[in-house]
Order: sequence, then structure tokens, then C-alpha cells
Amino acid sequence: MKSLADLAAIREKMRSKVLPEEGSGDIRVVVGMATCGIAAGARPVLDTLTEEIAKAGLSDKVSVTQTGCIGICQYEPVIEVLEAGKEKVTYVKMTAEKAKEVVEKHLKGGSVVEEFVYSEGSKPVSALKDATFYAKQERVALRNCGTIDPENIDEYIAMDGYAALNKVLNEMTPEEVIKVVTDSGLRGRGGAGFSTGKKWYFASLYKADQKYVVCNADEGDPGAFMDRSILEGDPHCIVEAMAICGYAIGATEGYVYVRAEYPIAVAHLQKAIDDARSYGLLGKNIFGSGFDFDLHIRLGAGAFVCGEETALMTSIEGNRGEPRTRPPFPAEKGLFGKPSNNNNVETYANIPQIILKGAEFFSSMGTETSKGTKVFALGGKINRTGLVEIPMGTTLREIVEDIGGGIPNGKKFKAAQTGGPSGGCIPAEFLDTPIDYESLAAIGSIVGSGGLIIMDEDNCMVDIAKFFLGFTVDESCGKCTPCRVGTRRLYEILEKITSGKGTMEDLDKMEELCYYIKNNSLCALGQTAPNPVLSTYLRFKDEYIAHVRDKKCPAGVCKDLLTFTIDKDACIGCGLCAKNCPASAISKTDYVAPGHKLPSYVIDPDKCVKCGVCMTNCKKNAISKK
Amino acid sequence: MMADVNVKINGISVTVPAGTTILDAARKVGINIPTLCYLRDVNEIGACRICLVEATGARGPVPACVAKVSEGMEVQTNTPKLVAARKVNLELLLSNHKKECLSCVRSGSCELQKLCHDYGIEDENAFAGAKNTYEIDRSASHMYRDNEKCILCRRCAAVCTVNQAVGVIGANARGFDTHIGCAFEKPLGEVGCISCGQCITVCPTGALSERDDTAKVAAALEDPAKHVIVQTAPAVRVGIGEEFGYPMGSVVTGKLVAALRALGFDKVFDTNFSADLTIMEEATEFITRYTKKDHLPMITSCSPGWIKFCETYYPEFIPNLSTCKSPQGMFGATAKTYYAEKMGIDPKDIYVVSVMPCTAKKFEAERLDHTAVPGLPDIDAVLTVRELARMIKKAGILFNELPDDTYDLPFGLGSGAGTIFGATGGVMEAALRTAYETLTKEELPKLEFEDVRGTQGIKEATYTIAGNVIRVAVCSGTVNAKKVLEMVKSGEKQYDFIEVMACPGGCVNGGGQPIQPASVRNFTDVRAVRAAGLYNDDIQLPVRKSHENPDIKRVYEEFFGEPNSHKAHEILHTGYTVRQKY
Amino acid sequence: MVKKISKLPFQGTPEQEAKLKDVIAAANGDRSRLMAVMQEAQAIYGYLPYEVQKMIAEGLDVPMEKVYGVATFYAQFALSPKGTYNISVCLGTACYVKGSQQVLDKLCELLGIEPGECTNDAKFSLEACRCIGACGLAPVMMINEDVYGRLTPDMIPDILKKYE
Repeated sequence: MKSLADLAAIREKMRSKVLPEEGSGDIRVVVGMATCGIAAGARPVLDTLTEEIAKAGLSDKVSVTQTGCIGICQYEPVIEVLEAGKEKVTYVKMTAEKAKEVVEKHLKGGSVVEEFVYSEGSKPVSALKDATFYAKQERVALRNCGTIDPENIDEYIAMDGYAALNKVLNEMTPEEVIKVVTDSGLRGRGGAGFSTGKKWYFASLYKADQKYVVCNADEGDPGAFMDRSILEGDPHCIVEAMAICGYAIGATEGYVYVRAEYPIAVAHLQKAIDDARSYGLLGKNIFGSGFDFDLHIRLGAGAFVCGEETALMTSIEGNRGEPRTRPPFPAEKGLFGKPSNNNNVETYANIPQIILKGAEFFSSMGTETSKGTKVFALGGKINRTGLVEIPMGTTLREIVEDIGGGIPNGKKFKAAQTGGPSGGCIPAEFLDTPIDYESLAAIGSIVGSGGLIIMDEDNCMVDIAKFFLGFTVDESCGKCTPCRVGTRRLYEILEKITSGKGTMEDLDKMEELCYYIKNNSLCALGQTAPNPVLSTYLRFKDEYIAHVRDKKCPAGVCKDLLTFTIDKDACIGCGLCAKNCPASAISKTDYVAPGHKLPSYVIDPDKCVKCGVCMTNCKKNAISKK
Repeated sequence: MMADVNVKINGISVTVPAGTTILDAARKVGINIPTLCYLRDVNEIGACRICLVEATGARGPVPACVAKVSEGMEVQTNTPKLVAARKVNLELLLSNHKKECLSCVRSGSCELQKLCHDYGIEDENAFAGAKNTYEIDRSASHMYRDNEKCILCRRCAAVCTVNQAVGVIGANARGFDTHIGCAFEKPLGEVGCISCGQCITVCPTGALSERDDTAKVAAALEDPAKHVIVQTAPAVRVGIGEEFGYPMGSVVTGKLVAALRALGFDKVFDTNFSADLTIMEEATEFITRYTKKDHLPMITSCSPGWIKFCETYYPEFIPNLSTCKSPQGMFGATAKTYYAEKMGIDPKDIYVVSVMPCTAKKFEAERLDHTAVPGLPDIDAVLTVRELARMIKKAGILFNELPDDTYDLPFGLGSGAGTIFGATGGVMEAALRTAYETLTKEELPKLEFEDVRGTQGIKEATYTIAGNVIRVAVCSGTVNAKKVLEMVKSGEKQYDFIEVMACPGGCVNGGGQPIQPASVRNFTDVRAVRAAGLYNDDIQLPVRKSHENPDIKRVYEEFFGEPNSHKAHEILHTGYTVRQKY
Repeated sequence: MVKKISKLPFQGTPEQEAKLKDVIAAANGDRSRLMAVMQEAQAIYGYLPYEVQKMIAEGLDVPMEKVYGVATFYAQFALSPKGTYNISVCLGTACYVKGSQQVLDKLCELLGIEPGECTNDAKFSLEACRCIGACGLAPVMMINEDVYGRLTPDMIPDILKKYE
């Protein structure tokens, strides 16, 4: 690859493949083959499609290819049929059998198989872009995910891939690149929300024989998986963005630190790097500009703290991933002691578009201080789970009610948890808060890396706080005292509270310890670890007090505070509960309820282990927990 | 030249060079900021969070130990919020600490205890909760480790890795379970530990301590059948005063001798004597090897920590080691042969105690392969300076009030050359004083070899003596030994004679010396101050060259014949073994 | 959680040793590749026993304690071998709120082991893991490479039967 012309030639050749041309009669079928898709059974679907299309003699006309995450996780496996001049058709919850039918009826017969098509409620929505799930989304970071074959560099190039790199190398000075990124208003998508342009600027200031570009792909926030989706579905955009960053700050080498738990992401990224190298898009003298840049992959090994940038760099250097004190910031002394810039995957994913379309394109979306779009992983108690990319400033209500389709089983929304173990819980009264860095901070949470977990009335907020804290206790590196010992003691206080042994003094101590850990810890992991506790204590204080003073768990989650009882008048005496009780805590009484033939059962609270098996077995809903 | 910056600490203005830490800037205006994990140049990790201060321009509190001042910065070191946070920090540490202060060897010199006192900890169980439990590791011959007293400052791991290039201890597991240990949780006695004891001297608490041999010595003193004699190493006289309130660097030889006599030792001798003996043997060995170009560079063998390091990590240099026993070993060997014969005492009844600034000497004493009297150890017990101080205190001896006393004959006279063995470069200088006069048959015009003095890790010099060009290197801290050996191996450097001391700065900073808290070590070069005491002692001694020591002359006349004689070889020299790293 | 050090005697083969030596040689003395070498070593041996860590320490010229310190820091490195079938149950947020703890409890009950342990016949090992990023399928578990989603405790016995 020597010039823009070479790039353009590939783009022209490939564009019609990725987006079938009007009148060609070509059909492109894509199968979502990201981790979620494969886990849900996408592979047999892909195999069947390929086989059946060949059998039907359609191979000339119809191409089948894998693609990344389409975003509607709830409906995996997903396939999409693209035909020029027609609306894209999205088939969901596919199986090999269904795939056969689609080949037969749709690809061969020309009629859409309505019953397999994505639907919202009872209405099928064949054009996914019209679906409420998609209507409010704006895809920048995820633009190619679910569209191109991530393992085919030509398809990336067809979608203007590497045009941004070409542009910066041939038309822009490093200062101009930094200015565009700064003006776009892009802020770090990993959690802290620091201006990306400023970060690049600082790294560009320091002189050194070697500088590094680092990509944080150690997505550890439980519940967030956008970085994985991007690496799986569009790995070249990260390669391209890192090269652009290298040019801007004066670095010739880069490292991507990826979780080892993401094998597909690693494989796709490795292939992208290899292919980019063989095209001359990485390596020496890229586009004849004299700029050299190359990338290495390093695998994480299961340590959440390595998402903290100094810990990540320490880990790349081959050490225990313990964070270092800042300052010096990585811009001055980073990887291997050299000036370095680190951004996360999603941040980089925005870069090529910003360069190609200009700062204005990005800054025109979002709010005053938070520009552009943000990807959220929507999960928990919500009808449509998935990966959504929305402009900053979209309200939580729009996400929960419109995009997510509300809470399942008619339950009530209780809280949205953002920012994972570093974030907080947002109660219903703040559903109309626009999602941006400042607004979420103001209500005690953070944007974080984009995990968005919805909770309903069955979730106990004290238990949730304990769950997140348990996570940080496990993931604390053990270097500094506040985090190593403090989070453990905090966890013990929560255990005391959820087991009904807490006192009102414990609540004061809990709060004191939270602020101590927040203010005194060495790195962001410790500094944010108390957030789930503080935010739930702030918003759901009554639940904490119920646990402490009344020894009750209002949501019915904390086992030690629950009592299972059988309504003797509702009990029909079938005995299923007693038969299945692992603790033999249920016995027959002498009481026969009016209208029933058999005597009712009773639970011995001293023997009950509160497993809830009886409740699931009772066909008459005669058992309750309080 | 770094520009100066103006800062305010607690409202007091001060100008310091750019790059100064807040801790140092505060010190300049007379303000102490508490530290726990910080050890200058060795462990600068900002982990314990005790030294957090408020500084303008920072998002939150910053660690004073590593955070640098900047122009116009205003620092508050002692706000109620900071003090409260330090208290919580200490309470959290205590919540996972053994809290057995009354029976702890470090009670009174424990940095954690002192901070708890300073910050008025009222409830040591304020954050009671689950505690980590560990077995005490007593497997090593020189020390024990009680992880239940460890506060994870990591100074020990840093000194083991950074200063000593040994790295057998480090942080294992993570989070609340993090603990200092060896690979696969092996006991210290089963790994490549060199017994230098540097970890003990940097430990702020009682988690690491020397093996206590005082009871063993007390029992020997009580045994009427034993003739118990004691030797005191050169660096002991400049160390032990610190245990009794003397200023650092004070040489208290007279009080030391008097206290030992008061403890009931039958004879009190000076290791300076056997240091002189070592010089006679080693200088002669060097001249022979230099002349024959036999396994050069020759490397000194006085430091048992270094010997163990060489045997474990650089066995290929074993042929380069001097075969001389250390001064401790030569003393014991001479005591159980010459002295036994002279006094008419069965060597079995002679009990030799050493007082050493060193923990590796405990290990050395247990090497039984080349003892002077087969089947008998050369040395029966080794006490570190700290243990001796404890014995003196326990015996009710008022050290400071004792009249000065002098060593007993025939091993009571040591030269200034022997005294300076205690500082890095001292052995080299002592050997050069003797080698010069032996080779040239002329008197040295100036005794001080300044090039090999000083606390820097590696020193080099070239001397032309009687037409012979002798290239020497002196290093201390085994990381520097490693550097020197690697340079020799690669051919980058050629030397004829190398002095190695395992401990940085030599025996004055040995693993058996009195423990100075980080609050002192961070602002005072303990090595330099103690070494200055020894060099001063050298000047004041009547004899300053080993070969002019009349007791040395006599022991050769009466017993060994001449240096490196067959008899000397039998008794005063030794051999080495390759040791496994793992 | 402190990792359990296996008491099983080391049973490495000369082939495994040769492979590891190649991996170490490929690292070319670059100590920053320590973790990568350990990951490959674990792929070869299934876990990182004493003998393997010793080879790595010697090969990269780093103290063995450093290797061990790294091995005990990261969740991925194992000091005990895994069962033929390694079951990891995701306890990520999405899975947790949908009941993955009950799934894990059921597995413990049926296999008679705790997370981090291996059955006596070395057939199954069990672990709780962090979010594997398949939140849409919560609760999720993996048996070796197979992913099972939308689990309930009563599905577990049938799933285990497939591996009998």
C-alpha cells in the first residue's frame, strides 16, 4: 500500500460487496458472530446458511459472511439480509432449522419469513433502524459492528477504513490532529472522562527517544462489553486510531492490553494487525509519509485493577499489576518509563470518524460538556438487553423505557446502576436526568465505562452494594492500606448489616470508612470503591435502616432476614414443598383449610435454610417470604 | 542545575530546588510528616498513605514522600482531616496486626507503635474483623519472619531486590490476602536467601527479626565447665552506642569491653586482631596469586552474606574467592588451637561467642566443613549488636556509666587497619597498607587510600606498587557485586583485587546493627556517619597497619610460622560450596 | 482468595519441556514478556507448578519469587491443575442479579466441591469467574469452551450428564 490511490481502488472494489449495488441482484447475508452470538448458537446457523445456499445453487448471487455484534443481545443468534433497493431484514433467535427456512422462503422464494423477524411487542420490525431499540441510537464507535466482516481488511477499507490515517499523514500536522481531537470534545470513555485531545497534547509535549501509544482493552467492569464488541466487530478502527495517535504524539510503537477472557477479540485484533502490516498500513514509512508505527498485543490475566492506566502499564512491563502514584502521569513517565498515551477501546473507536468528518461532526452531538455518543451495555431487569450507542444527553428514561422496552414481568423500576463497581445507583426520581459526565456525577454516580444495569423492586440495594464491594475486595491489588484493609472492613460491616447484626453505629462507621477510602486510596479503584455503598446509602437509606433497625430486607433478598411462611388457608396439602425441602424443615399439620381435602403444611423457621425451593415448587403461591 | 521553587508549608515559606519532595521541603522548615513505607532510594511507592498531605493544585491528598513541590504550591500537613485520616489508617493496620506489643522484640523501636502513640490511638480494635493468620517462619539460621506483624510496607522486599539483587521475598497473592513471602510459600531457610539481614534493619515492626541466641550464650556463661570468650567485630564499637543513647557514630570501645566483662565473659577479645590476621593471610595470598596470575581478580571473603551470594548466584566465581576465613572465623580457629594450647584448656571447653554487626555470621558459624578442630565449630554462638544490647539491659548493667575498660591479651590489640574493616573499602585499604610495605619494603608515605573510601556502591582505583599495576574495585550491597561481576564476566572491566561487602556501606550498616527508623534513615546517611566514627578511631590508634601489630607478629612467631604457611592454611583458610538457588 | 498449591507430583513430559523452552527462547530475554511466557506455559501444562515456574525464572533470569508473585496476583494463573471439564460460572452483575449464585450453589452441591477445587477423579473443576461479556444470556456458565446461557439451577443436572 503506497498511496491513497491504492486505498481508493480497494474501497471501490469492495463497497459493492459490503453494500450490494442497486440492480445487481446481489444479496449479502451477515451472521452476528461475536461472543454473544456464538454462545447463543450462531455457528450452526452460519454453517447451515452456507450449506443450504450452496445446495440451492444461490452461491453466485448470495454471499454469507460473519459480522460482529449487531447489538440486540437478547435476540441472538441474529442474521441480517441485505439486498440493494430493499429494506434490510433482521431475523432473530435463529436456529439451523430456521435458517433452512429462510434460505428456502426468503433467499430463494423472495418472501420475508415474518415470524422470525425481529419484533417489538407483537409488531414485527423488519427494518431494524425503525425499531424503538434503534431509533434513538447514533452509531459512531459501533458504526461497522454488525455490518462488516471484522476479519476482512478490505471490508473495513470499503467503509472508508484507513482513510483517516491517510488524511493525517498526508494533510495534517500532529498539532492539527490534536486540535481536531480536542475540538471534537471527545472525553475518555473508560470512566474518568478526561479530554482525549488534552491527554494527547500532554503526551506530545514530552521529548523522548521512544514514546508509546497504549490501548486499554482490559474491560473489567462487570456488565460492560462494548470494548469487546468493538474489537470483535471492528478491530481495524482501533489499529487505525492508535496509528493516528502515534503520529499526533510522536510515538512509533503501541501496545493493546486485552483481557485474555476475550479470545475472539484477541484473534480478530491479531489478524487485523497482521493484515494491516502486510498492506503496509503498519510498519515502516506508512503511505510513504516517513511515519513508522507498529502494534503489539499483550494479554491481561484477570485483574480488574489493570484497567487503571498505571497498573495496566506496570502489567505490560511484566509485573504484578499494581498501580503507581501519579504524578508523574503517563504522559511524562508511562510505559517502560517513557511518555505514553493511554485510551480505552471505545475512545479510540471514535477517532477515525472524527478525523474524517471533522470535530464539528462529533461535537454537534451530545451536551454542553459531554460531546458525541456513548455506548452502553444495557442489562439486568430490562426487556431488551443489548449494546446501545446513544448521543450524550439522552435521558435514562429514554434508555429504560424506549430503547430497553421497560422492565419485564410488570415489575417496578427501582434503580439503574451505572459505572459498575466504581459507580452508583440512580433511583426512579432521577430517570429524567440526561446522561452525561457532569449530570451523573451530580447525582452520585458516574458514566464509567458504560455498564448500565437495571434493577427492579426485587433487588435489595444493600445486597447490591455488598455485591459490588465484594468485587472490589477481590480485585484490590493490596498495595495501599485504605483499599487493602479498608474495603475488607467495609465489606464486613455490610455483611453484618445484611445478616441482621448491624447497629446504627455501624452505619456511621460505614459512612466514615467510605469517605476515608475514597479520599486516601492510591488509585482510582480504591478511590471509587465506596461509591456503590455511598450512592445506595444516599438514595435508599430507608432500606439500610430497615436491615439494621427492623431486621428486615424489604426486597426479600437477604436470606438471614427472611422468614418463609405457608399460608395455611391457601395450602392444598400437596406436599411438594416438603418433598423438595433440602433441610427437611417442612411438615404436615392437623389443619385442613375449608374447601381443601388435605391438611396444610408448616415451615419450621429454625430448620429453614431459606433456599426458596419450596416457593418455586408451590403451585398455589401459598408460600411467601418476608 | 534545577531551578528553585517557592512553596509554603503550613504557611511557612521556603525555597527549595525543583524536584524536591514535599517531605523534604517540610523537613527544611522543621516540620515532620509521618511515613511508614517510604525508605529513601529503596522504597518510594507511596503505598501506606500515612504521609498524605493537602497541596494546592492536586485533586486530593498527595503522598508527601514522593510528590514533588511546584512553584507556588501551598501545603498543609496537619489539618484535622489529615490527622483523622492517619488515625483511621493506623486503626486499619492494627485491625490486621498481631498487637502483641508487650512480648515483641521491637517494642520501643517499632515505627507502627510510635505512630499509634503519636496519633493517640485509643481503641486498637476500632476496626476489628477477620485477620490473616500465618505460621512464624523460623527455618533460617539467622532470622525469623512473623507475617502477623507485617504491615506490608514492602521495605524488606525492596531492599532484598533493589539493594541486594537477591529477590527471594516479595508480595504474594493480592488484596487483603497479600503477604510477603517466598516463591511457593517456601520457608526462608529453603530459598536462596543470603542471610544479610538487610530486611530486618528496614522492617518498621517486629515482623522480621534476628534469631535470638542470647539464651544460648547466657546458658554458656552459667556453665562452670566452659571457658567463655567473646570477640567484638570492628563495626560493633561504633554501632552499640546507639542502643544506649549515644549519638550515631560514637565509638564506645571501652564501655563495650566493660559491659562484656560485667556480663561474665572469661575473656574479652577484639576481632580487630583477627582482622589484622586476615590481612596478613589475604595480602600474602593476593601477592602470590597476583604474581602467578592465578584466578584473578581475587575477591575478598570477609563478608559471609557476600560469600553465600557468590556460592548461590555466581558459583563460577568461587575459584576467585580468597580462601581466607573471615576475621570471625580466624578468631575462632585461632582460639580453639593456639589459644587453647597456650592456656592449656581443652578446645572442647572453650566457648567462643562473637558479637557481630551481622546476621550472616550466624549462618557462617554453622558452616562446619573446614573448622580448625575437626568436629568442633570455630564459633559457638553469634550475637548481633541488638542481642548484646538486650543482654546488657536485661543484666541491669548501666552501660553509659561504666568506666572504660580494655581488651584482654593475647587478642586484645588490633590495628587501625583492623578497625576500618567495618566500612566499605576498609579491607581493601588495610590490605593495600600491608601489600605496599611488603612489596616495596618501604614505609607508606600516606596511609589513607581515599579512592576506596566513601559510601558509593562501586569504587575503582589503580595503584602502581613496586612497579606492579594493581587494579582494584570495591563494592557494597550485593546488587553492586552483581554489577561488578557481570562487567568482569563480559570483559568490560579487568580487576586484580575486588572487595565485596554484602551490606550497603559495609558492616557499619550490617544486618545486625541497631535499627534506625526510616524517620532517621531518610534524612541521615547512617552508613557515612558510622564509617566516619571508624575512620576517626583508626587515626587515634597507636598501630595502624596490620603487619605492625605486635600480637600478630607473636602469633606467627609462636604458632603459624609465616602467612600462608601449611599450618595457617589448615587453620585459617576454608573452602566453598555451590548452593542451589531454589 | 489464596490460591491452592497442588500437591500432585509434577508429571511434565519431555515434549512439554521442549515446547516451554521454545517459548522462553522466543521471548529472547525480554523480561516484560514474563506474563506472556507464563500464559503460554499454562497453555502447555494446564497450570504453573513449581518446576515450570523454576524453568521460567531461570530462562528469563528473574527471581522465582517474582514469577510466583505474578502468578498469585492474576486470577488466570493456576497453581493447581484443572479438571478435564472446567466449569466457570459467571458472577458478573447481570448474571448475579439473574441468579447465577444459585446456579453456582447447585454445582457445588452436585459436584461436592467448592469453587477453586477439582473433583477427586480430576473430571470437573469449578470456579466462579468475572463477567464473560455474555450478559444478554444471563445467567451464564462455561464448561471448557461451551457456553450455557439463561440458566436455572434445575437445568444443571442435565447439563452435567452430557459430560459424564
